[in-house]
Amino acid sequence: MNFEEIKLLLENKTVGIAGCGGLGSNCAVALARVGVGRLIICDFDIIVESNLNRQYYFYDQIGLKKAPTLKANIHKINPKIDVIACDIKLDSSSIVALFRECDVIVEAFDRADMKQMLLETVLTEMVEMPIVSGVGMAGWGNSNAIRMRQYGKLFICGDGVSEVSEEEPPLAPRVGMAANMQANTVLEVLLKDKK
Amino acid sequence: MKIILNNTNETFDVDHLTVAELLQLKKFTFKMLIIKINGNLVRQENYASAVINEGDDVMVLHLISGG
Repeated sequence: MNFEEIKLLLENKTVGIAGCGGLGSNCAVALARVGVGRLIICDFDIIVESNLNRQYYFYDQIGLKKAPTLKANIHKINPKIDVIACDIKLDSSSIVALFRECDVIVEAFDRADMKQMLLETVLTEMVEMPIVSGVGMAGWGNSNAIRMRQYGKLFICGDGVSEVSEEEPPLAPRVGMAANMQANTVLEVLLKDKK
Repeated sequence: MKIILNNTNETFDVDHLTVAELLQLKKFTFKMLIIKINGNLVRQENYASAVINEGDDVMVLHLISGG
């Protein structure tokens, strides 16, 4: 398939992204660049200076809300994408309500308990929904440990073991690798059997 | 019994295991877990009662912070 054919297939697709931090902002930008037609992006947080070591925001955006600001950044890259920005702290009922019509959901939270809440919700209440989660991307180096594992419709991107800590912070290169691996997995799901 | 654990064949010297017993045997000590048996989610409150039998396909996923 050439890029025009790929874009034609992707423009009718909807991807839900839960979290607009290091994983979510970079994954959303990758999906916008290739032309996924609709992105539903959700985050309740504001941008702080420490986010800029990995998240797709700019210095003059410190203090702004993440979801609407990411929408603006996506539109600077590709104004044709329909971006629905939700300034909300997701819970199980809003996840089902907001992401019901999606073709794929991307789990892009930072906290493990939020990841668990989202995965449990999707695995029990939206059993047919493909979900791409990011697990383990702290620190630097060890590029080859970052991989994708599949369990049915659940896809896990990351090394699976490196937890963020004071001594092992999340940094742009490795977080970006996991985020772009998530975007690549989304494409694999959306373009399945279309090679 | 033989089961599939995280896409890998594993053999145990017992006829069945509860999820809690499996976690102990495998020394899976992370707090945040997603566990599925044959595609069905097992919630934390059911780890002591949910039983794994011969041939079951089990996923134990550790969730860790970062993103």
